[in-house]
Amino acid sequence: MTTSTYLPDYPVSGFDDAEPRVITVSHAPVDQAFRHVTRLAGSFVLLIMVLVGTFLAVKATRAVKSVGIWEFLTTQEWSPETNHFGIAALLFGTVVVALIALVVALPLSLGGALFITEISSGFAKSVLTAAIDLMAAVPSVVYGLFGLVYLQKHMVPFAHWLSTYFGWIPIFKVNGADPKNPLPNDALYTSSSLIGGVIVSMMIIPIMTSMMRESFSRAPSGEREGAYALGATRWGMIRTVVLPFGRGGIIGGTMLGLGRALGETIAVYLILSPIFDINFHVLQNGGNTVAMTIALRYGEANDFTMSALMAAGLSLFLMTMAINFTASAIIARSRSGAESEA
Amino acid sequence: MSTVPNGGEFIGSTVIPTVHLTPRTSEPERVQFRPPLHQQLALPGAIIGGLAFGLLLGPVLGLIGTGWVPITSFFWMLATYAVLTRLTEDIQAVKDRFSGVMIASAGVVVVAALVLVVLFVLIKAAKILGSIHFSFLTTDMGLTGPLSPLSEGGVKHAIVGTLEQIGIALAISVPLGIASALFLNEIGGRYARLVRTVVEAMTALPSVVAGLFIYASVILLFTKQFNGFAASLAITVLMLPIMIRSADVVLRLVPGNLREAGLALGAGQWSTVRRVVLPTVRSGLTTAIILGTAHGIGETAPVLLTSGVTNNLNFNPFNGPQISMPLAALEFIKSPQPDMRTRGYATAALLLLLVLVLFVIARLIGGQQAGILTNGQLRRRAVRSVRDLARIESNHALIKAQLEERRRFHNPNEGAP
Repeated sequence: MTTSTYLPDYPVSGFDDAEPRVITVSHAPVDQAFRHVTRLAGSFVLLIMVLVGTFLAVKATRAVKSVGIWEFLTTQEWSPETNHFGIAALLFGTVVVALIALVVALPLSLGGALFITEISSGFAKSVLTAAIDLMAAVPSVVYGLFGLVYLQKHMVPFAHWLSTYFGWIPIFKVNGADPKNPLPNDALYTSSSLIGGVIVSMMIIPIMTSMMRESFSRAPSGEREGAYALGATRWGMIRTVVLPFGRGGIIGGTMLGLGRALGETIAVYLILSPIFDINFHVLQNGGNTVAMTIALRYGEANDFTMSALMAAGLSLFLMTMAINFTASAIIARSRSGAESEA
Repeated sequence: MSTVPNGGEFIGSTVIPTVHLTPRTSEPERVQFRPPLHQQLALPGAIIGGLAFGLLLGPVLGLIGTGWVPITSFFWMLATYAVLTRLTEDIQAVKDRFSGVMIASAGVVVVAALVLVVLFVLIKAAKILGSIHFSFLTTDMGLTGPLSPLSEGGVKHAIVGTLEQIGIALAISVPLGIASALFLNEIGGRYARLVRTVVEAMTALPSVVAGLFIYASVILLFTKQFNGFAASLAITVLMLPIMIRSADVVLRLVPGNLREAGLALGAGQWSTVRRVVLPTVRSGLTTAIILGTAHGIGETAPVLLTSGVTNNLNFNPFNGPQISMPLAALEFIKSPQPDMRTRGYATAALLLLLVLVLFVIARLIGGQQAGILTNGQLRRRAVRSVRDLARIESNHALIKAQLEERRRFHNPNEGAP
């Protein structure tokens, strides 16, 4: 049987100006209600974020106005009672602790994520994934307790060794330490930014690891196999396929970890001994962070000192939000198509 | 079907070729590639060598301190392994083995750190188990001074506070969180993408900032005093983004064709969500809620700023300070009294156990994937199915009878003798 196909000879004059029909979607009342309610819930989250910023800003204006913005950003001391305060030392201390935490956490979480996705399999894989999740759920006061009672004691000899042999590097210098003294004065080392940073690193490892693991596990298996087929070793495959593919996840996870480290309160509060100077000797006692100052000083607050704390909180809020929006922008760009239907 | 000369078969006009090979009676033995013995033994050998070297330098010869033994052993092991590999392999293989060892060590260090923290706190608490009595759970600190013996005082007030605060926080954040996650997934659009970005940024909202916010808004404007409700609001602010994010991840895994099947059967959006989407992800959502709870229970800084510190039992979250467990642990640890610190270890261990239990429950529930059922669920479904069968059959009989009746009505002559 033969059939022949007729090609319509469009455009026929008068037909090609046809408009596409307008598709109207009508939802049943219950569906409309569902859409409105969920939209409202989503908007509520936005509202909270806006409110957090607004409230802090409104409460902070009084203190910032009374010293002036420039003074507020550059003063190291914190004494609102005498109207002489600023966040220079606090911000510096916050960044130092967060950077130490990152330096420790980045190689460990990178290795941990690669271990989970590339080396372990089956039972070990699920145990490791669960352990990382559990690590994220351990309360910060438990980490603080661990740091205070266990880590301090065991980090001091290391800090002492570092300051003895590497004291000529400015950041490892400890004022008042005598390298020739056979009985080191431990009290010089116990409450340093280094120990605080190590504890914070334990708290940000899980979030960084799970972020990186997710992006590594999405590396396309075709390209992995291609690398193997070209004769790559496992490390060659990781270096040329997994790491470039997961770059967005690595950067994004690191920035999320950084944001978390900047805002960490209780563990740092238990370990650091507060000073209000810019102290870049990371092995030496004394350091400070914005979050810790808020937790320390809120109790003695009258209206004005509270307003100063609000200003400090606002600066912390703005800093973490800037870092996190950057992070989520990087992550979102690296996994285009995550929104598509599975 | 007929045979054709070249050994094929016809079906219609298609020739299906047949293969003229006698079936194999036995599989030939496969060639298996396994690394040679010297490669298999290189790593254990290097580990033993490294350990021996470290122990030799440390405890035996006394050249290095005990703290350096693991580090020295590790580096000696690395060097030995690299040299052993280099003897027989090329440089690429050495790089591969080296990176493998480094990656595995990072994994081991991460897990070891976690195990160390958990074991440390639990062992500290186990040591004092003898000196702490069951009354620790059933009394408060109201009448206990700083020098009172361990047999007096407890954390009942903190347990009550934690339960009430987390309860209120859950009552607010679960419906709100799931509704928001549904908005992100089921409705979508540009606005939903904006909300998703904000939620992701909000997961890292510093906890102390959440506390300050609630202090500035709820306490200064409305209640004018520390109370448990303000603390639960602060916990809500922190739990909400975590819950939305994990619910969002779970909802994203619902296969699109399930949703489309629901819509194709004529269900509206809401009925599809209620009857198809939510039942599919029930276990995942439960996991999300439990993990969010575990995070919320441990929050200390916002509670410190909003609920205040007290030694007394307070059942009313709307009036007066109400302490929670992490805050109580913090207060105990800050004290210089050894007995108070002991109470701090016990409280922290209690908190950690609570989180562990929640976590294990979450794993047990969330271990199963969407659409894959446990034995119990399969059994219940079979029971339901049997019940449905009976109903369908009775309906079937009913419809058959009605059809019969209608047919008879239309052709009264049919079936008549």
